[in-house]
Amino acid sequence: MATSMASNAGIKSRGAVVKGKSPSRLAFERFMRNPLAVAGTVILLAIIFVTVGAPLFTHYSPSAMNIMNTNAPPSAAHPLGTDQSGYDNLTRLLYGGRVDLTVAFSAGVMTLVIGTIYGGISGFFGGWIDNLMMRFVDVMLNFPFVVFILFLEAVFNTSGELLLITVVVLTSWPASGRFMRGVFIQLREQDFVIGATTIGAGTWRTIFRHMLPNTVGTLSVLVSFAVAGYVGLEAALTFIGLGLPLTVASWGGMLSDASNYTAMTTQPYLWLPPAIMIVLTILSVNFIGDGLRDAFDPQMRS
Amino acid sequence: MAEPLLKVRNLKTYFISKEAQVKAVDGVDFDVAPGKVLGIVGESGSGKSMTSLSLMRLVPGPQGRIVEGEVTFEGTDLLKLTERQMSDVRGNRMGMIFQEPMTALNPVLKIGEQIGEVLIRHRRVSKAEAKKQSIGLLRSVGFPRAEQIVDEYPHQLSGGMRQRAMIAMAMACQPKLLIADEPTTALDVTIQAQVLDLMRSLKNKNGTAIILITHDLGVIAEMADDVVVMYGGQVVESATADAVFDDPLHPYTTALMESIPVIDQDRERLASIPGTVPSAANFPSGCRFAPRCAMAQESCHQRMPELRELKPGHYVRCDLV
Repeated sequence: MATSMASNAGIKSRGAVVKGKSPSRLAFERFMRNPLAVAGTVILLAIIFVTVGAPLFTHYSPSAMNIMNTNAPPSAAHPLGTDQSGYDNLTRLLYGGRVDLTVAFSAGVMTLVIGTIYGGISGFFGGWIDNLMMRFVDVMLNFPFVVFILFLEAVFNTSGELLLITVVVLTSWPASGRFMRGVFIQLREQDFVIGATTIGAGTWRTIFRHMLPNTVGTLSVLVSFAVAGYVGLEAALTFIGLGLPLTVASWGGMLSDASNYTAMTTQPYLWLPPAIMIVLTILSVNFIGDGLRDAFDPQMRS
Repeated sequence: MAEPLLKVRNLKTYFISKEAQVKAVDGVDFDVAPGKVLGIVGESGSGKSMTSLSLMRLVPGPQGRIVEGEVTFEGTDLLKLTERQMSDVRGNRMGMIFQEPMTALNPVLKIGEQIGEVLIRHRRVSKAEAKKQSIGLLRSVGFPRAEQIVDEYPHQLSGGMRQRAMIAMAMACQPKLLIADEPTTALDVTIQAQVLDLMRSLKNKNGTAIILITHDLGVIAEMADDVVVMYGGQVVESATADAVFDDPLHPYTTALMESIPVIDQDRERLASIPGTVPSAANFPSGCRFAPRCAMAQESCHQRMPELRELKPGHYVRCDLV
């Protein structure tokens, strides 16, 4: 495998027709050779499959309470039992995953989109623009996160996925903005970016065609680590009552529900499954992130 | 001499910050004749690369600025153009190649896409047509399997191949002027000769004038028609290549010539010029070469010499010769 790689990447034997492999294609091949990354991908896909396809695995509704059957231990009808409100625990677990993954992925992608645009402009133009934009980032980085959530919940008198995504994005983009600024500053000094100007490419063409595609590796790594962080963040916020309302099924909410003495000691089937799901999700996304980083930057590994 | 293709007059490029004013290019004059090769020689830090970037108006901002001067190219002063008009000139009437072929091509775009981009930008050709012409260009710079190279990525090519691909890119629109900033420095000696041959044959075929920036006097001897010697952001000597090699007048040029190793001479050490290029942030008050000059006299440290025409077409910035 390693030798075929080398012969593809290096100077090829004369006359041999080898299809040109793009850098992303090569990165993908390196990624697929990393067992942890592949395992992470498989686990994450499995989690996405069971949560998105929740109705295939359970015929209960995540909002159907059965007050005649609360705190039931696992049985054939309820494989993970029911909680104190009579919700089917397995159903809540599967549907809860949808919410968690939606929040984490959409917040992760949006953070990076805003961060890339902001950091890209700041890093590319430099000078006073950069200075001004980075001072604003400094302010935002020190913004009191929890107070901000409480404030928004009070103002809009609501809590929910949209609010949570908004809050996470509004408070998390500065970090990625600063990171992407560094990436763009580094790229700006590259000969091929100056070269793009020497062939007559304008500012926007230089940024979008020559610089942005070169950040794809960095971006995908950042997204994966951001997503992992947000799964944990959602659970933590919901657990302390600042995230999603308890009427919405979510992993953090399930943990919060089970955080009483009885449940902790006698009903592990209530809190163990969501805890395992959170850990599994974060771990698999982190493995994917590690795999992406190694795949896009093989030098960094050694 | 016929009307020059490019006329540079009193070009000054400074880097201005709160702490210092760095005079990277400090009043440079030279002409480039159509279809001729002008060699710009100088040590690292003499301002030759910054001169070439200034011609392209690519001085890294916001600190770097062309503060004064005229760059007249085919009758228009480039420094007076808008950024939009300037980008119509770049890659179209004026091409540039860089020292480091490993980093000068975009790693995520195919070779053909990068060459084609120039044609699409300036010639408004279709994608398919651009690819077809790219293949022709690659063949003209000596790629036998050009049809395959267009679909390959830079990492699949060796340094010399990349430099030739860069040349194909710079020559795509048959510019009147090619600026080559140390085009062979990063290449193996055998590849250097190939690249120089290629540049020469393209020059003869298309009548492209070349500004060849290098610190390698061997390259200059082989390629250049005219030579400009730079020191401390200024031109210290300018003449035809023959005149500079046979009859160098400025002490700096003389010292440079003496530091060329001669293979059949039995010398213990290579001759070198003592000291280093002065920092562009604080030049000495008089002649900038005076602190390192073997012939320097008291007056050299007081007064900056003017560039004088000592013989027809032979300019020297030294009061002693």
